[in-house]
Amino acid sequence: MDDQPLIRWDWIGRNWDTGRAGSIMSLLVDHVIMASLAIVLGLVIALPMGIACVRWRWLYQPTSGVMNVIYALPSLPVFMFLLPVTGLERATVIIPLGVYAVAVLVPAVVDGITAVPDHVRQSAVAMGFNPLRRLLQIELALAVPVVLAGLRVVAVSSISLVSVGALIGQGGLGNLFTDAFKRDFLTPAIVGIVLIIAMALIADGLLIFLQRVLTPWAKARRST
Amino acid sequence: MITFDGVTKRYGDGTVAVDHLQLEMATGEITVLVGPSGCGKTTSLRMINRMIDASEGQILLDGVDVRTIDPPTLRRGIGYVIQQAGLFPHRTIVDNIATVPFLLGWNRKKARDRAMELLERVGLRPEMASRYPFQLSGGQQQRVGVARALAADPPVLLMDEPFSAVDPVVRTSLQEELLRLQSELNKTIVFVTHDIDEAITLGDRVAVLRVGGKLAQYAEPATLLSDPADDFVREFLGQDRGIRRLSFIDDSGLRLRSDLTVPVADEVTAVAATAAAVESPWLAVVDEENRPIGWVAAADLPAAGTLRDVRLLSHGTFVRGKDSLRTALDAALLSPSGCAIAVDGDGRVAGVATRESLDEAMALAASATFDPKDAADG
Repeated sequence: MDDQPLIRWDWIGRNWDTGRAGSIMSLLVDHVIMASLAIVLGLVIALPMGIACVRWRWLYQPTSGVMNVIYALPSLPVFMFLLPVTGLERATVIIPLGVYAVAVLVPAVVDGITAVPDHVRQSAVAMGFNPLRRLLQIELALAVPVVLAGLRVVAVSSISLVSVGALIGQGGLGNLFTDAFKRDFLTPAIVGIVLIIAMALIADGLLIFLQRVLTPWAKARRST
Repeated sequence: MITFDGVTKRYGDGTVAVDHLQLEMATGEITVLVGPSGCGKTTSLRMINRMIDASEGQILLDGVDVRTIDPPTLRRGIGYVIQQAGLFPHRTIVDNIATVPFLLGWNRKKARDRAMELLERVGLRPEMASRYPFQLSGGQQQRVGVARALAADPPVLLMDEPFSAVDPVVRTSLQEELLRLQSELNKTIVFVTHDIDEAITLGDRVAVLRVGGKLAQYAEPATLLSDPADDFVREFLGQDRGIRRLSFIDDSGLRLRSDLTVPVADEVTAVAATAAAVESPWLAVVDEENRPIGWVAAADLPAAGTLRDVRLLSHGTFVRGKDSLRTALDAALLSPSGCAIAVDGDGRVAGVATRESLDEAMALAASATFDPKDAADG
């Protein structure tokens, strides 16, 4: 064992894409699917919740309290807790991660909407926007930079957290860590770490790119 | 015409923002609502397009109670300019201007063409169209705000302290621009401000409101200055009412003398002879094109040479038939002679208003001020 090289390239070569479950490629695809679904789930739930918290201000305080408690829960026991309900499925990982995402995104949506200057909101009313159109075309549109900033945090943390799911057999690249641990064999762990970091960087880069494309008008805010 | 018929706004906690307001705002005129903060001027404005609903009384737009019209529909038919412009930061200038046409469902091309036309109309260059609001100065943003309000060509324009957040120089140019636009468009404009000078500059009629939303006086600016209804209005109008009132009196009552100018090429001996002949210690010196260049005192003339060798003293001018008595008086005070030089539209001398003729005109203005019939006519 001691005279083994740190990385055994031949192992990587043999296991890269065998076409079977458990190959590095299929774990990577799994990982991407779970992280993406968790992020999308979080956004889909957080948007209406955030909007509701802006509409009815009294909702926000209790909501953010509950969200903070949920965010503080360690992921592993939550997976365990869900197991009897959802079984050994991807959902067992996706649901808790989606809920974490909600916890981060609800404040982002609320902050983004409340940061819309009052004179802008007033002038939308005065121009004859009805409430729904005002929400979609003005308030949410202006909240995009703040929500995207929240999404960047969520994307990176979700991609990293999926690997914990390996402990219940649904961890994407996280399975490489348990594999490495069980066999006292470092190469899979290094492969997992490198791929997860690469994925996080790519996701973050994509979101930054998206922000540039979607909100050229926010340049002023970025530079100041 | 916009009619306020016994309009009251009372809030849940009992505070009264607007108290039985009775006003008629004429079509095609600028009506200014002015008063200190808490006088309900903005509340009154916002009741017109139902951003706030009145508690009592009714507001009629050409005879139609605004409360019978669905708010978004009502608002799309009324232009609105807000303080700080309120432009949408995420939309380009052309799309900001086209906001209401888009809401009304015009096709994009037609809406943008209309927006480009308005961009030019408010004095902005076409290349501004694709910029975002943050790339424009405060004054430019406010121009865009006016263009946006005009986009769907609404007959009524509401302006809520639109120029109060820009510096004084820009404010003056925006005010001039608004008056120029209004002379072309003849909109029914309701303009809210806390600045009485702005009210007097812009208003065809001015409604002065006092704290608690009560109407203190509703009159033309000149009447307001000459005949304030009570101490509150008098105090609110501030200093120099008499002088400021001269702005509303044209220069037709001002006699001009045409014998007080001398060409700059004249020999000083000839100038001295002229001064003696017209019995004036001062003469206005003009260049070859008959434009004024300064005053010369007969007593200070050297023994020889032409007027080119003489240091001329400062002068002030006013445009005959266009400027007010106030400008003429100001011009006189800028000259050591105490006389004002009248020029035509091209800047050529039309004559000189002497101290005697200014005195006559002032006397005339003062007697008009105290003519009760004139005040009653408003």
